[in-house]
Amino acid sequence: MLVYVLRRILATLPVMGIVVVFVFLLVRIAPGDPAAIIAGDYATPENIQKIRVGLGLDKPIYEQFWIYLTSLARGDLGRSLHSRLPVSQLILQRVEPTAALALSTLSFAILMAIPLGILAAWKAGSLIDRAVMVFAVGGFSIPIFWLGFLLIYAFSIRLDLLPVQGYVSFREGLLPFIRHLILPTIALGLVYMALLARITRASVLEVLQSDYIRTAYAKGVRPPGVLFAHALKNAAVPVVTTIGVGFALLIGGVVITESVFALPGLGRLTVDAILQRDYSIIQGVTLIFALVYALVNLVVDLSYTLFDPRIRY
Amino acid sequence: MPDPSPEPAFIPYVALTRGQKARRFIRRNPTMIAGALLLALMALVAIGAPWLHTVNPVDMNPIDRLKSPGAGHWFGTDMYGRDSYSRVIYGSRISLFVGLVVAALTSVIGLAVGLVSGFVRRLDNVIMRAMDGIMALPDLLLAISFVALTEASVRNVIIALVIPQTPRMVRLVRSIVLVLREQPFVESALAMGARLPRLMVRHLLPNTLAPLIVQGTYVMASAVLIEAGLSFLGAGTPPEIPSWGNIMAEARSYVRVAFWLLLFPGLFLALTVLSINLLGDGLRDLLDPRIARRMR
Repeated sequence: MLVYVLRRILATLPVMGIVVVFVFLLVRIAPGDPAAIIAGDYATPENIQKIRVGLGLDKPIYEQFWIYLTSLARGDLGRSLHSRLPVSQLILQRVEPTAALALSTLSFAILMAIPLGILAAWKAGSLIDRAVMVFAVGGFSIPIFWLGFLLIYAFSIRLDLLPVQGYVSFREGLLPFIRHLILPTIALGLVYMALLARITRASVLEVLQSDYIRTAYAKGVRPPGVLFAHALKNAAVPVVTTIGVGFALLIGGVVITESVFALPGLGRLTVDAILQRDYSIIQGVTLIFALVYALVNLVVDLSYTLFDPRIRY
Repeated sequence: MPDPSPEPAFIPYVALTRGQKARRFIRRNPTMIAGALLLALMALVAIGAPWLHTVNPVDMNPIDRLKSPGAGHWFGTDMYGRDSYSRVIYGSRISLFVGLVVAALTSVIGLAVGLVSGFVRRLDNVIMRAMDGIMALPDLLLAISFVALTEASVRNVIIALVIPQTPRMVRLVRSIVLVLREQPFVESALAMGARLPRLMVRHLLPNTLAPLIVQGTYVMASAVLIEAGLSFLGAGTPPEIPSWGNIMAEARSYVRVAFWLLLFPGLFLALTVLSINLLGDGLRDLLDPRIARRMR
């Protein structure tokens, strides 16, 4: 098992390497000149040249890449082009709201979608099943930001039940913390829920049609026993895979959701960086998100053994 | 369990008229028909925008600021007095255009790269690792970084969407080619002296089309959604173009006083994406129920 874990981690490295190259090239290929952006609108050519040298942008590209790589290895993500603060520090300051939102969405979506999917498969063809499928297609089609504003309008402005926007840290009280997270969680979670419910339904349905389920019935196992003791565990692997793959939806959605609900997280940092064309922050955040995505999928891969002992390493 | 109604040994063949066939098709594929009709309606709206009782979507009229929906302005007016109905109608053009172009480009690139990757083993590893690298970045994030680093233009938005969507297409085509290349008909074509380009175009290509079209609809749906998301974040279509994302981005601070400015563009966006998804699901079930599992 340990060997497998190590091997799996090693297998993630080449992919991360390609990501690093990609993120590095993204900035170098872009037509805008970072030096000119820092220098501002009224800079002289000499000024721009000075900044360019200061950033190391006058060096050949492979040398720049080597510098980028070695500083990454030291945990240095560079400095913001505007505030000159280290990108790693800026990211650390913004992690909490994003982590809170991602975790609450993840748990909300999983806790809602999997039972719904199981129910739909169990009652396949029924009204409940149809409703879940309609919800799944609909959830895929509703833009997060639109849903966000609908929720704000209904629950915050009209009904005045929940705060409109903003974030309160859990250190300042659990209730306000939760109240501020409810709407963003629903807005962000719907797509993920739709995806998971659909996969859960398909997976459970497939397992329910297999031979050993018929055998279980033939032995006289009661329906709930068949579902809980025989079917569910075997339907788990595709669902867990989708939790990992679908995490990309969550990361993309976090950026939009934080913008709609004015949460001061990593997504907000990204959007501000886009508006200021702050390349180094965009680079840093993209890299961090890709790393988290890779880690989540690593955990997913490792969890397969829990559900299916046939998968051995 | 015995079959309650055993099949008769001889099924009389009854020729159906064209009308009967059409009705049967509609009855059997309700979601696909609904999706296709809705999408056709959206396309008509986009093409016919100038004739749909619209005014110039960028005309400002400060006296009529923030009017709620009514007889004069069906969807109300925005903070500059521009007619929201006209803007939303014109917004359908950019969404459908971006969606269609992205779906077409991804399909063509995905097909070309996927065929090569599936058949030329030496290139396969390199190509697939590159695709893994792109897929390791969440698609919206990749698109954001790309547009943020280039100039905001429709062309760059399209490129920014094609890059993250292509790997999935390549994987799909490759997985089909890997199965196909072991098939007897490919073997016999090779034995008869067919060269690689001919083999790809005449024998492999037709067999990949059905799943490709289905995947194309999903790409189109997410392209429409992500384009709106990019515009909403200020990293998409240039702000002077009335796209649905741009309209909503401008209206966001008016959620309290002019909710209609957010309601209508979002509704159109959701309906468009829904129609494409319904069409895709219908096509998937129609063309081949087995490919459902290879998707996503």
